[in-house]
Amino acid sequence: MEKQLRSQILTSLSILIFFSLWQGLASFIDSNTLPPPLTVAKVLWQEILTGQLPYHLGITLLRLVVSFSVAMLLGCAIGIALGQHKQLNAFFDHWLVIFLNIPALVTIILCYVWFGLIEVAAILAVVINKVPNVVVTIREGTRALNQDLLEMAKCYRFGKWKTFSHVIWPQLHPFVMAAARSGLALIWKIILVVELLGRSNGMGYQLHLFFQLFDVASILAYTIAFVSIIQLIEWLILKPLDQRALRWRR
Amino acid sequence: MTDVNINIEHKNFNPTTTSVTKKVIANLDIALKSGEFVCLAGPSGCGKTTLLNILSGLDKNFQGSIKLGQSNTQPSIGYVFQNPRLLPWRTVRENLELATSASPEILDSLLAAMNLTDVQQTYPAHLSLGMSRRVSIIRAFANDPDVLLLDEPFVSLDPPTARQVRQLLIKLWSEQSHTVLFVTHDLREAITLADRLIFLSSSPMSVVTEIPVSIPREDRQIEAQIELFRSKIFSDYPEITTLL
Repeated sequence: MEKQLRSQILTSLSILIFFSLWQGLASFIDSNTLPPPLTVAKVLWQEILTGQLPYHLGITLLRLVVSFSVAMLLGCAIGIALGQHKQLNAFFDHWLVIFLNIPALVTIILCYVWFGLIEVAAILAVVINKVPNVVVTIREGTRALNQDLLEMAKCYRFGKWKTFSHVIWPQLHPFVMAAARSGLALIWKIILVVELLGRSNGMGYQLHLFFQLFDVASILAYTIAFVSIIQLIEWLILKPLDQRALRWRR
Repeated sequence: MTDVNINIEHKNFNPTTTSVTKKVIANLDIALKSGEFVCLAGPSGCGKTTLLNILSGLDKNFQGSIKLGQSNTQPSIGYVFQNPRLLPWRTVRENLELATSASPEILDSLLAAMNLTDVQQTYPAHLSLGMSRRVSIIRAFANDPDVLLLDEPFVSLDPPTARQVRQLLIKLWSEQSHTVLFVTHDLREAITLADRLIFLSSSPMSVVTEIPVSIPREDRQIEAQIELFRSKIFSDYPEITTLL
């Protein structure tokens, strides 16, 4: 209990010092390029009241959910296949290295050039950027599967679905969570670029607009809103999922 | 209950680190009668686990034939591995339910017989090794298999626990009369459990000799009887000392 309280005090102190430093620096510079926290909070509140921030944030989150889900599903399926079949992996390994090293910006531009400035092209560009990372992580997880447990499942005639859901998936869980966390961090940054280059709504579009107007307070307000949402996803979805899946550990 | 006829002409092994092929089993002929309890003993690394993997269908890369039973239907096999191989993320009860089609009542009675009723909702990480081994024995028995394979299931257990689990195993076996193939290094354990002992040579593995255990089952708890039989084996078959 005392430990928990100490941890909470430390967290509060850390946040307080961060905002104090920001305030101090903003007062010292005294320029529109670094507005103080209170000004940013006011802008944030106004943007919420006008409905502009919830609309653009919602659009970006929708793109995040769709592209994240597609990338995770595709990446897990390909990663498991490559981890299980050596020859398949030998064939596609070079493709993977190529896709891993293509800059995100190139994929985005090519998708817009080939398919037009449409929603599908935007989502596709994000998915193509993320899938190779998921594949690499899940492939390593599949390679590390416990052969003793797989033999047990075969001997006791688990069947394919039971083996996957009770033997393979729990072992892949830490790898899936690692891919999900890094994926979330990577995808939302790519989505902003996608929106900046070819969409007429979303956070990226708004940030581009604020940049042209040199409106740093709005840029910071939107950033704080988005980072808070990502943090909420971590607290409300990812952490409880982790705790539930790993409750068997000592 | 099922007859088991094993005829392996040869089984090779290719270690991934070298290109040399090693012959693990050569001209192995073993026949088990229905309901018979047979113990296999042989030097470490001679290929006993490989033989059990072949019998269970996990290893199909060999020359020869395995006949389990007379009928055309695939006989069911219960396999107690050297380590318990329980799914750590499933409770004891879930582990058993996943691997068997036994009714809840049968599982309840087997858990009670193995003194595990209180820990059935526990995860394997919280069990002792002895408890985990007992769970793996229940898993093998619960399907009422035609053939039961046990690969040194009591190794690294302390003597009192091993004795207790051995008695429980015999109790279950006498109730269900499975055909059992039990691998062990411990000659006393083999004499206590088996109808017949089969001694195997080092790699390439083949049968050196077979010895029926003539001690009546009710006298197997008398240590002096076991020791006497063991001494007789060593005096009649001196070459066996090198195989254990």
